Parts: sequence; structure tokens; C-alpha cells
Amino acid sequence: MSIRERLSGNEAAAIAMKQINPDVVAAFPITPSTEIPQYFSTFVANGTVDTEFVAVESEHSAMSACIGAQAAGARAMTATSANGLSLMWEMIYIASSLRLPIVLSLVNRAVSGPLNIHNDHSDAMGVRDAGWIMLFSENNQEAYDNTLMAHRIAEHKDVMLPLMICQDGFITSHSIENIELEEDEKVKEFVGKYQPEHYLLNREEPIAVGPLDLQAYLFEHKAQQAEAMKNAKKVILEVSEEFEKMTGRKYGLFEEYKLDDAEIAIVCMNSTAGTTKYVVDKLREQGIKAGLLKVRVYRPFPVDEIADALSHLKAVAILDKADSLNAAGGALFEDVTSAMYVKEKYVPAVNYVYGIGGRDTKADDIEGVYNDLSEIAKTGKVENPYRYFGLRKEAK
Amino acid sequence: MPYNVKEVVANKPSRFTSGHRMCAGCGAPPAARMIMRALKPEDHAVVAGATGCMEVSTFIYPYTAWTDSFIHTAFECAGATLSGAEAAYQSMKKQGKLPKDGETKFIAFGGDGGTYDIGLQSLSGAMERGHDMVYVCYDNGAYMNTGIQRSSATPKFADTTTSPAGTVIPGKMQSRKDLAKIMVGHHIPYVAQTVGYMNFKDLYEKAEKAIYTEGPAFLNVMAPCPRGWGYPTDMLMQINKLAVETCYWPLYEVIDGKYKINYKPAKKLPVEEFLRPQKRFKHMFKPGNEWMIEEFQKEVDARWQELLDLEEITNK
Repeated sequence: MSIRERLSGNEAAAIAMKQINPDVVAAFPITPSTEIPQYFSTFVANGTVDTEFVAVESEHSAMSACIGAQAAGARAMTATSANGLSLMWEMIYIASSLRLPIVLSLVNRAVSGPLNIHNDHSDAMGVRDAGWIMLFSENNQEAYDNTLMAHRIAEHKDVMLPLMICQDGFITSHSIENIELEEDEKVKEFVGKYQPEHYLLNREEPIAVGPLDLQAYLFEHKAQQAEAMKNAKKVILEVSEEFEKMTGRKYGLFEEYKLDDAEIAIVCMNSTAGTTKYVVDKLREQGIKAGLLKVRVYRPFPVDEIADALSHLKAVAILDKADSLNAAGGALFEDVTSAMYVKEKYVPAVNYVYGIGGRDTKADDIEGVYNDLSEIAKTGKVENPYRYFGLRKEAK
Repeated sequence: MPYNVKEVVANKPSRFTSGHRMCAGCGAPPAARMIMRALKPEDHAVVAGATGCMEVSTFIYPYTAWTDSFIHTAFECAGATLSGAEAAYQSMKKQGKLPKDGETKFIAFGGDGGTYDIGLQSLSGAMERGHDMVYVCYDNGAYMNTGIQRSSATPKFADTTTSPAGTVIPGKMQSRKDLAKIMVGHHIPYVAQTVGYMNFKDLYEKAEKAIYTEGPAFLNVMAPCPRGWGYPTDMLMQINKLAVETCYWPLYEVIDGKYKINYKPAKKLPVEEFLRPQKRFKHMFKPGNEWMIEEFQKEVDARWQELLDLEEITNK
């Protein structure tokens, strides 16, 4: 039986970590993810977990210590946000290249500068090509569920890649909502034991990790990483199916909300999907065939599945909570539109950059996007595909 | 048992193998080999390397010169990387996830770039947190791997590629950082400065103490660089000797805060003896630059005196 609780997103992530009981957690505080290592330290202090908590002096060291721990044969976890992830950046690439299934809870926040502590996705977008599996979560429940599934995916022998679970800073990390938790024993059984094939602490088989890897082999090693990322898609679906059997909660690569018969739809990630569902329901009452595709698995990017799921639309809007500053559009927009182009599925598409630095995303804003989509659907033409919403008028 | 180099070499096989690509005449490989020999044969080690000469020359895929487990991640984080491995050991040992018998020891190697400079924070964090590990700095006094750029360990007036001895500025104008003292400031149980000298006795014994002292330990090992310092490769041991006999590189250890100078030359040699064979100090011997040698000598004298004072004060 699930346990009904009321928790913030950070509490949900910390409780999932407690139930997973990793061998090592190394973390450094940064708003808005600070609470995760805080709660976790309490579990350590009270002996509720077996974990060694390494209170490192920076996020760079947090990821370095996680790499050292995971390579040694341990399950290692951490949490961070924004500049913390930026400081880890060098090690983020090293973690994935060493094929270490480290799990990171990323509470999304705007990357400096100027300094801002509120939500957008610029931190996650900065590591989108780093070889990490990236799962996005609409609310505390999804942050919790994705964390419980994380190790099963990351540690799978065909994958062996690090994984980050994203949720929106403050919007979900600090909002208390209802949640269904699983019992400790069930989680323990589901997550299972970590049994690495090769690890530093195996004195019977000493290994060397992290070589100088020159022209002769680096390319092959990178190709293997790419292969693992391709394999991850299938593994994510398998693990999600097993998770559904345990909990009744269904997860795929993305969620389709009233998308089947929709004529216009929005593609977005994390908490904005909640607001969008509310607007979709309202528009449906007015007879407008609006729908939503909420991306859960951003890396690996489900190119074929997304292209198929959107192919019947008359117009689609892709919302990016981070600007790529490339004079062309956000990262999710480029991912979605290139997926459709390659699959030869043409749907008029428009990009909105929004919610930067915690700018509130209101139902009216989302409704405005659907209004624009209705116009685009009529003409089939997109005048300016790279747009903003929620920007102050006087600042334009 | 008193130290005997022949017995150590005969009875303890090298755990750092030949075939690596370090330069002839470099001070780092003999130091690393001797430090690894200080491990009890039955103990296993996890070695972490900071990016630098030693790492890129000893672990080029698919070859490794390390017979123990080895990990390299990046330049500035050998301290933090090894912290994680050590934390994993503590956690897994406690949980019964590792075999009960047999010990694993944790040893990091970083050059002065990866230790005095870019890796100082990571080292400081690891030492402050009290991980049971040894951090070894092989100090060759510049960023040798990238081609002899100055570091905070470079001695004053040395000619490097980023502190060239020019017509206006005669080499590096700043004094070198005293890293061992910074480590002493962390109140860790064992800090030592050493070099391969007198049959490696000092180096071997300090490595053994560092490895088998519970908690964090730091070894600063002078590792001359024939390319960066400009001496003939067969002169390595002579350079080591001169560094000690001039008191440029005193041999000392700090055990629980108490200083002990392990070797006091009966007749301290003038520092010129150490400087002269090295091309990086060549400009100091030009007519008109006598002041540079004088100033260098003053600094060596002051630092030596300070060490003598610290020994006296901390043993009162």
C-alpha cells in the first residue's frame, strides 16, 4: 500500500534518497536544492541510512567525490542547482565518459549572470550534450518516482551512464503537495543492489580508471557512450513498466495529454505542464482541440516517438525555459523540429522562450500561446518562429 | 628494523612499473616508486593522480604503470576524487560489502600545479574533512606538463615560459608559497617535506609513516625536472643533495603539530651551489646580478631559521 503524505519536491527527493540508501552522498549547498543535502544529513546523523556523507567544499569537489566513490564501487548521489552544476561541468563530462551511473537531483534554477536564484532551465540545458540521462518532473510525485527509477536505468549493463532528475526550483522544490510514497522495503527490492563489474576497491582485480586517451581510442570510447545513450531509451521504458506494476503510476518517454485528437499542442517540460493541462481543459470546454506533450526523457531524446506523436497537428508550440542565445530558438525547439524534419513530418512550429529567472508563467500566457497556434493553424504560416512570452513590454 | 635500501628494493617489488614515459632524469618516478614500496605487501592501494606529467606519462590507454587501482579524473581534484573513493571504502566496509580481511590505502599524486595552485581548494577540503589518505605533491616548481610555466611553487627569479628572464623583468619576481606550512595549518596528524636523498631513507620512512598514520597526511616531495630546471639528466641525485645541503629544501616532518627537522647539515652550503647547475637561474650569475643571489640566500636563510624556531617552539 502506498503511503499518502504531503511533501515539497525537495523533501520528496530526499526521502527517495533515504529509501535508496546510497553508499556515498557528496554535496554542497546551493539554493534551491540546499534542503536535499540538509534533510539527508539528518538521516545520516540519526543513523537512518548507511551512507557516508561527504560535506565537500564545492560542487566541483562534490562531483569529483561522487566519481571517486562510484568508481570505487559505491552508489553515489548528489544534488545541485544552477551555478553549482556550472562549477561541476568539467566533472559532469568525466562522470559520463567513465561510465559511472551517478544519480544527481537537479533543482532547476537560472544560471548566472546576473545572479538569480529562481527557476528556469538554463542549468540543465548547459549539460544537455554531456552524456547524462536527463529526466524531467512535473511535480513532487514525479521527482520522487523518477528518483526511485534512476538507479535501475543508470546501472543497467547496456547503459552505465549517469542520470539527473530535474524539477523546477521553488515552483515544485518548495511547494508542498500531496504525494504517494512507497514502503521502504518495496523500494529496496525495486532498486536492488549495485553490483559493478569492475571497481577500484576490488583488490582481486585492481583497475585503472580515467586514462590519457588519445587519437587511437577516444573516438571508439565516445561512440560507445553514444550507443549506451541509445540503449537507455528501451531500458527507461522497461523500468517504467515495472514501476507501474509496483505503483500503478504510468511513465513513458513523454506524457501525451489530450494529444490524440488535438489540432494544436504545446510541448514543454517540468511544472509548466501542470499549468498547461489546466489551460487545455479550459479550452476543451470551449471546443478548442488543444493538447500537450510533456517531455519526461530529454536525454536520450525520443526523436522518432515525439515526431510521430506530433505529426497529426495543425500547429505546435515548443516552450523553452532557457534561451540558447543563438538567434534561432531554444534547445527543445531545435530538438523537436529537427526530429520532425528528419522524420519528414511537417507541422508549422513556433518557439516561445519564457519564464526566465523565475518569471511567473500564468495560465493567461499559456492561453495566449494556444490563441497564436489557432491563428497559425488557420494559415499554416509562421511569421516569426522565435518568440518570447511574459517579457515586460517596456523592456522589449 | 633499520632502513636498508637493498633490502627494501629486494624484498618489496615495485608497484610502479617500468615502461612509463616520464623523462630521464625526472625526480618524480623514483619518488613515486619508493612511496609505493612503503606499502605493506599485503595491502592494496587506490591511487589518484591529478592531471600532470606523471598521470599522462603513466596511464596512456590501454597501458598503465600502476599495479594498484588507479584513478585520474581532472587537474584540480585529486583530493576530492580520492575523498570519494575513501568515503566509499568506509561506507562499504561498515556495511559488510567488502571482504573483512585486507586493507586498502589511499594515496594521491599531484604536481605543484595540481596541488599548490588549481587543486589547492580540493586538497584543503580533503585534509580538513579528515579522510584517511596521503596526498603526495611531487613539486617540480612549475607547470612542466604544459611546458614550464611559473607556479606558486616556482622559486624567486626562476626563468620560466610565463616568467621569462627578460631585459626588464629578471624572471619570477615573487617568492614561492610554503605549502607544507599551509597543510600544518590544517592540524592534520602528519605533514612532511622530503626528497630522494641518502638512499631514499628519508623519503621511504616518511611515506611509510604517512601511509600508516590514521587520518590525512601530506608529503611534499621535491621532484627536479631536467627540462624545466635545465640540468643534465644524470645529475638528478646531485641536485637533490644540493637542495638539502644548502637548506633550500629542508627535510622535516610535523607530527601532530610538532616540528622535527630530520637533517641539519653540519656545514650549510651556499645556495649558489644549488642554483649554478640549473639553467633557469643562469641569468642570476651574470655580472651585475649578484644582488639576486644575495636576496635568494637571504630568503633561504630566513626560512631555515624560521624552521629551527618552529622546531624549538613546538617541542617546548
